Amino acid sequence: MASSKPRVKVPKTASKDEVITIKTLISHKMESGQRKDSDGNPIPRQIINKFTCDFNGKTVFSCDLEPAISANPYLEFSAKVPESGTFKFTWVDDDGSEYSTESKIAVE
Amino acid sequence: MRNLPGILVAGVAATAILAAGSVLADQANLPSIDGVELKTRVDAPEGHPLPEIISGFEFRTKETQALELDDFTNPGFLMVENGEAAWSTVEGSAGKSCESCHGDASESMKGVRANMPKWNEAAGRPFTLENQINECRTERMGAEAWKWESDDMLSMTAYVGLQSRGMPVAVDLEAGDMMSWWEKGKDFYYTRFGQLDLACANCHEDNYGNYIRADRLSQGQSNGFPLYRLKWQKMGSLHRRFKGCMDNIRAKAFKRGSDEFVALETYLAWRGQGLSVETPAVRN
Repeated sequence: MASSKPRVKVPKTASKDEVITIKTLISHKMESGQRKDSDGNPIPRQIINKFTCDFNGKTVFSCDLEPAISANPYLEFSAKVPESGTFKFTWVDDDGSEYSTESKIAVE
Repeated sequence: MRNLPGILVAGVAATAILAAGSVLADQANLPSIDGVELKTRVDAPEGHPLPEIISGFEFRTKETQALELDDFTNPGFLMVENGEAAWSTVEGSAGKSCESCHGDASESMKGVRANMPKWNEAAGRPFTLENQINECRTERMGAEAWKWESDDMLSMTAYVGLQSRGMPVAVDLEAGDMMSWWEKGKDFYYTRFGQLDLACANCHEDNYGNYIRADRLSQGQSNGFPLYRLKWQKMGSLHRRFKGCMDNIRAKAFKRGSDEFVALETYLAWRGQGLSVETPAVRN
């Protein structure tokens, strides 16, 4: 797949200070750099190397991704929601491009 | 390897496997996705070579099964979404998209995958979903045919296939000359190929439920294709799986879309009759 398309699943509403589960999935080939093409030349590494999740501008979760992670990486984590706001998800590619998406949550 | 409750345990004799199978057959809760139940075990009709027809789903670990049972975690849906976008994209000299003729896919494509391969009178041969899509593209849209294993084709077969999810596989062998293709596929299934001199039946009929090295053999059913295979790290067609099997037994594989593979697909659809379509399934 040429373009990387993120999918995220965040509950639309939560109660104050509730711990919610967030699921994310992005399409990416995660080329490890260890493989060779049919002519024996190494295929250059191209992976998503970093993922961050911000809530109202503050980072609540981030991680580095390594070459051994499989294609189309799936990440699941929890976050505590003190107030209504917006989650922003960012994936950073080796080639410098960033893929991001946002998701709103309302605290009732 | 862990032995999972409710799933066949490795290394037991074939008779024991069947005994365990019949206990599992009356499972109270069928696996379901968003309320759509999947029949992963069905009784075989008379004259069927298997005592019970079992989906590949049942042979996988509960972790792999869980991936398939949630549309969000199922990585096959990345391609389904591409297919959904392509459905309404105008292409070709006729200025049409799939949607121009077929409208809403969730209505018009319901059951299509379940009945494939289907006899095509004009072509005088059975059509797989890939054949049908390409005929639409070249004959009606004036667009270029897609390659069998291209992302475009896999996305579309996955999207169209999804509309039949949960419906029983039911191939119509009465139509046209389907029986001769079925016969040809059956011959293929029981013919030994390659340096390892193995037929499909040696693994998938005589030894399903047993381990072949680290992998548990399934019945080789086709109801989940195209599917996301974790080993491939992407979607793949049934014919890619055929080719993989033939490579494994050190045979020279037929081409994707070849008459041999279409005949085998026809026969396999009959072998898997009654199983729910699981497209896009997830396997290891």
